[in-house]
Amino acid sequence: MAEIQNYTINFGPQHPAAHGVLRLVLEMDGEVIERADPHIGLLHRGTEKLAESKPYNQNIGYMDRLDYVSMMCNEHAYVMVIEKMLGVSVPLRAQYIRTMFDEITRILNHLLWIGAHAIDIGAMTVFLYAFREREDLMDAYEAVSGARMHAGYYRPGGVYRDLPDSMPKYQTSKWHNAKEVARLNANRQGGLLDFLDDFCSRFPKYVDEYETLLTDNRIWKQRTVDIGIVTPERAMQMGFTGPMLRGSGVEWDLRKKQPYEVYDRLEFDIPVGINGDCYARYLVRIEEMRQSNRIIKQCIDWLRANPGPVMLPDHKVTPPSREHMKGDMESLIHHFKLFTEGYTVPAGEAYSAVEHPKGEFGIYLVSDGANKPYRLKIRAPGFAHLSSLDEMTRGHMLADVVAIIGTQDIVFGEVDR
Amino acid sequence: MTTAQALATRVKEVFGALIKDTRVQHGEVTCDVDAANLVKVCNRLRDEPEFAFQILVDLCGIDYSAYGVAEWNTQDATGSGFSRGVQRADDAAYHGAVAPENRFAVIYHLLSVANNMRLRLRAFAPGEPPKVDSVIGVWSCANWYEREAFDLYGILFEGHPDLRRILTDYGFIGNPFRKDFPLFGHVEMRYDAVKKRVVYEPVKIEPRVLVPKVIREDHRYLNSGENAE
Repeated sequence: MAEIQNYTINFGPQHPAAHGVLRLVLEMDGEVIERADPHIGLLHRGTEKLAESKPYNQNIGYMDRLDYVSMMCNEHAYVMVIEKMLGVSVPLRAQYIRTMFDEITRILNHLLWIGAHAIDIGAMTVFLYAFREREDLMDAYEAVSGARMHAGYYRPGGVYRDLPDSMPKYQTSKWHNAKEVARLNANRQGGLLDFLDDFCSRFPKYVDEYETLLTDNRIWKQRTVDIGIVTPERAMQMGFTGPMLRGSGVEWDLRKKQPYEVYDRLEFDIPVGINGDCYARYLVRIEEMRQSNRIIKQCIDWLRANPGPVMLPDHKVTPPSREHMKGDMESLIHHFKLFTEGYTVPAGEAYSAVEHPKGEFGIYLVSDGANKPYRLKIRAPGFAHLSSLDEMTRGHMLADVVAIIGTQDIVFGEVDR
Repeated sequence: MTTAQALATRVKEVFGALIKDTRVQHGEVTCDVDAANLVKVCNRLRDEPEFAFQILVDLCGIDYSAYGVAEWNTQDATGSGFSRGVQRADDAAYHGAVAPENRFAVIYHLLSVANNMRLRLRAFAPGEPPKVDSVIGVWSCANWYEREAFDLYGILFEGHPDLRRILTDYGFIGNPFRKDFPLFGHVEMRYDAVKKRVVYEPVKIEPRVLVPKVIREDHRYLNSGENAE
């Protein structure tokens, strides 16, 4: 009989299940993984270096492009660390808006994750369903910031502008007749909050739909149960955070444990898994979507009842309104200084983290008192998760690698930075 | 006394001379550790139940060589006037700013899930090439973080089993995040139709400063930063 040798296969970087540009060098024994060596950096743009050459506010746009499926959460960590170092506090209404958009972002992220994860392991339908709901949330992004993905909406000192009173509407065209347009515009008659309220009342049923497709699905369970088990001790050793850590049974959520913005005023629960396998992490994320929906609902109710400023009136940090800039000398000076030079952040160092959909997303900022960051370190949850891929896949079949990449919810924008 | 100050006091009491300096700023505790004591301190911080820092949240390098060097003089700039054509402060100025043993540091962010605390350690990496001990034995996720710091800053981690580049291209030369490495890099790449392969050439882009780096010590900033907690 011929001798069987180990062989090495190359997975990616152009592979639909690699979730971007992951190159994996897999050492195989038959169909069993002996060793996985992820090669990353194919999307490395040097964000941290670029940030060192730009004034603080110009870097907000880079933050969106880190984890490009949860844009506003990235911005959030960045503006929070600047606010911490400047020692400014944000108006309450802006804090509620940020909380609401963080949770919208969490749903956006988990919807993409569930769609991509399911399509990777052979369930096509969920992807189409998930993108239907993403469309509504993208519209919310667009209504508030003008951009469907890279919003640039959070600013140090608040958010760029208040929530709009009206939603953009579909127009009749060659492809949509008047009746269809009326149907599409039915929930867009009021402001953004009405639109989101409508979404929140529909969304739990959508999550039920995903669950009927997956939770008891025999193929889904065969592909995820007992795959990629991580014990709580190993999860902490490997620097897991977010759903990856909670899936292993560690109850740790920054929104509860180190609350920022208004999370301590809201009611929600933290789902925790038991087995630490892909199925447990799936259940955790599904429940997180339901909890996010609850949070959004509470924020909508508060925001409806409490109008107010959304930006700090301190014009050493935030720009004055356009109207004031045209009529008032001091405002003109502030405006000019802010947009040519920016503000300087006092010397020192600080670290701020948010509970990003994927885990703990933190920004470590060192300032030497200049108008640009001296050193900006982005702590991306995906980086730590991907580094454990070798340990998680060892002894599994080749097809399980795809399930494990899916469960880690890898996005290369943040891993490679 | 805030929890951060309580933690700082406890760290000082427990570790004594092993930790050089402990600061509390913005409610965060930072400790300076000698590279020689690093692994010993990390092991105890992880294992002693009153600290229990089981998670290494982040590890990164930093290059202090341009710290406090501005591109635009704000104190007495009127003599030469304000020009928009600002040159990037040259490498000599960068090198002179700090002593070589204080140039590179490695920064560790620790998290204790059991006690809900955070701690930051800073270890200066002396020597050329700068060198510190690896903490993989303490937290296994340090593996990739140390590869990243090695790649970007050229800091060597003694005891690391597989210190390869991680983020930069295969065959990359230099340590891109060092302050003396230009933002545009040294080489650019294009496909050469004649040679029928990708070729590397020196960069043609002229480096320029879009917004000069300025350091201001106005009245605006007197009551924040170093003085604030």
